[in-house]
Amino acid sequence: MERKTKIDAEKGTQELFITREFALPVDLLFKAYEDAEIVEQWMGTKVVKLENKRQGGYIFETIDPKGNKHIFSGSIHEFVPNQKITRTFEMENTPFGIQLEFLEFEPITEDTCRLKMHVVYRSVAIRDQVLQLPFAQGINMAHNRIQDILRQLK
Amino acid sequence: MNLRRDVFQAISDPTRRAILLLLASQSLTAGAIASNFDTARPTVSKHLAILTECELLTQEQTGREIHYHINAKQMKEVADFIEPFRKMWDDRFNKLESIMKKYKKG
Repeated sequence: MERKTKIDAEKGTQELFITREFALPVDLLFKAYEDAEIVEQWMGTKVVKLENKRQGGYIFETIDPKGNKHIFSGSIHEFVPNQKITRTFEMENTPFGIQLEFLEFEPITEDTCRLKMHVVYRSVAIRDQVLQLPFAQGINMAHNRIQDILRQLK
Repeated sequence: MNLRRDVFQAISDPTRRAILLLLASQSLTAGAIASNFDTARPTVSKHLAILTECELLTQEQTGREIHYHINAKQMKEVADFIEPFRKMWDDRFNKLESIMKKYKKG
């Protein structure tokens, strides 16, 4: 499968860059960020609040398979349709604190576009922990699978 | 009782998973590791012993102190840690792309 999403995370820095090209016109990509119903679909989350404006903000909520509620929220600082969103992001009740996100939307052709996300964390250690988060969840899931298999063997 | 120490036993405990994450970005002494947890120091020592026994951690004596490291061989290189993160975003963006392609047609 084609690898379209690129992560640049230089060692020893507290930032990272996520770059992705889409086979979509730039206004459709932007709409996927702007429209609460569409955000719910691709982020797999419930949108409690999405106020797209300078000094606006957002609250997303997800329920994990164990029934625990997770809240993701932030403030919106810049909102320029089809061009950029600057916002903070926080996973509430985690030790990772608040991160700053610069999202830039740019057309490549009429039907293709690029998203650049520049994410800044409070420290190098926090960035590295967030990068490893899906890995940690992965070992967690692997373990749960093993438990399920063992349970069936009993 | 001969308890087999393997990787899966090591990661079955949330405190041990937290220790692995803590050490993924730096090497620390037992004391420094313990200071990150509310758990009693001997309990943390026991977790460190289990992680060391199944080779997820290695010990290095520097002067009078022992530093704990992630064992790169067993845990893979730090670069590989990024791949699940990349994949998570890739999956998310693939979904966005397919939703918006349908949206365009609809």
